[in-house]
Amino acid sequence: MDRVLKKRIGKIVTWFLTFVLMLIISVPGLWVVLTAFRPNREVLAKPAIWIPQDPGWTNFAKIFGFGAEQIAIPVPAYFANSLIIASTSTVIALLIGMSGGYAFARYRFKFKNKIFLGLMLSRTVPGIALSLPIFIIWSRLGLIDAKLGLIIVYVALNVPFTIWLIDGFFRQIPKEMSEAAQVDGCTRWQAFWHIEFPLAKSGIASAGIFAFLTSWNEYALASNLTRSTDSKTLPVGLMDFTAQFTIDWAGMSAMAVIIIIPALILTFLVQKHLIAGLTFGGVKG
Amino acid sequence: MTQADVASTANIRPRRRRRRNLTPFLLLSPAILVILFVVLLPLLFSFYTSFTGYRLIKPETLYQWVGFQNYQRIFADKNFWAAFGRTVLFLTIALNLEFLLGLGIALLINRITWGQRALRTMMMFPMMFSPILVGYQFKFIFNDNIGILNNALQALGLSEGAIPWLVDKYLAMFSILFAEIWMSTSVFAILLLAGLFAMPRDPLEAARVDGCNPWQVFRHITLPFLMPFAFIAMTIRSLDVARAYDIVDVMTGGGPAGRTELLWTLIARVGYDNARMGQANAMAYISILLSIAFTYYFFTKLIAARKYMGGAD
Repeated sequence: MDRVLKKRIGKIVTWFLTFVLMLIISVPGLWVVLTAFRPNREVLAKPAIWIPQDPGWTNFAKIFGFGAEQIAIPVPAYFANSLIIASTSTVIALLIGMSGGYAFARYRFKFKNKIFLGLMLSRTVPGIALSLPIFIIWSRLGLIDAKLGLIIVYVALNVPFTIWLIDGFFRQIPKEMSEAAQVDGCTRWQAFWHIEFPLAKSGIASAGIFAFLTSWNEYALASNLTRSTDSKTLPVGLMDFTAQFTIDWAGMSAMAVIIIIPALILTFLVQKHLIAGLTFGGVKG
Repeated sequence: MTQADVASTANIRPRRRRRRNLTPFLLLSPAILVILFVVLLPLLFSFYTSFTGYRLIKPETLYQWVGFQNYQRIFADKNFWAAFGRTVLFLTIALNLEFLLGLGIALLINRITWGQRALRTMMMFPMMFSPILVGYQFKFIFNDNIGILNNALQALGLSEGAIPWLVDKYLAMFSILFAEIWMSTSVFAILLLAGLFAMPRDPLEAARVDGCNPWQVFRHITLPFLMPFAFIAMTIRSLDVARAYDIVDVMTGGGPAGRTELLWTLIARVGYDNARMGQANAMAYISILLSIAFTYYFFTKLIAARKYMGGAD
């Protein structure tokens, strides 16, 4: 009897703690999403209005330039910039990462661990510290406020981590499979293309999603290397709202939702592979 | 194997060997080139700049060699040391709390059988949020006038006036830490949970049969097994500790009056707002060394833990 009671209390405590945890995780985001659908005067109201009185899409319409009211911030241009910069840099980082990851997974060579450590250490340089010299060099090369300038930086930012993940995925594929194919007359390249690549494909895709999100979310470098609608990305554009004297919380929340949605969808797709990739690459070495 | 085969392998072998030694470097060359061009060269350049009196508005000052003057100046600067101390303290508190909370969460979720997948997915979301969004979100929540937190406290009658979450020295630091921990705890939770899943059952049962109490089982079996996973999480985290810059920049901008200034916001202020690039680069170098120290420490721990787990070369 006593043990049954103890077990039941344990279960209730577990569920209670989980509930509180999920509340802390989800409430801040949900509150922003809710705000995105409310007019700003309701957000500013005192005493607080808890339940939205007239929810609607006005904030989104404003941001994208539809409807009667317009906003001075060119969100559609920022959105396009973000999309172009993030996807281009992801594709390039993936190609570089695949070749590098394959080298780490399949070959033994001199300075292997040192090169790996070097690549990883390059990632530790704080974005803001790196932005100073890049700002000076890029301004001489005319890469400031250009999409290309940011793409190059993001490729370098994503390569180390992409290599780490892809290395892990290739390691999970037994060496014997490609060796068998080579015995049967395939070249190494064919063996890679027909055997190893298809098996690692989903893992590589998730490395790509991860790289995309890193570029999509980056702020420290983008905020200093961009100036105008030519290259400003969404996270930098979000700060446009705070430059005004009164913060347009509702508009800012609507923009936040636009930034969050791709991240949420992609996270959902990637979650399983990401955990597998990180732990495999890290623990099994 | 025919004689011809033997002869041909004998011929091929030395050539193959040489090619083998070159191929990995060839495969790695694009990665190395990109890092060289975008990270290493700029860092060398900024190392040079840190010995000049370079100001953005006066391009000719790039060639004005001042020796260690920038370093001397920042080492004598009280604001710099305050920001430095705050940054180290911030990182120490954040990483430790994230580890402890992550461990707690992983153990909690591990006990739940129904709906575990959904919980795990939910847990990953903060990780994927842009730091700038996390900052904005908490700037909104902690806002003294219209924030949900103060509104809720007032509605419940727990506080009379508006609590200045982002204005008071300690509260502002607390708010930023809260945002940082909210964003990054899931890295630990998820990797530690993966560790718990990978854990073999036998030693646990053997220990229980031998009469260990739950605490002893946890302390001597579960925890040592989880440590490599904790170090992976620590390494991943220390790779981009500096993303706290984004959060601080949105939430307080280092203010009020420099009370939440971290090393990174100070660098941005000196470099871009005051246009003193030389001095900012000197500071940046110290922040880079700090990051490398953190990462290197955890990486060596990870390698040691990996050896202990019996990994490959």
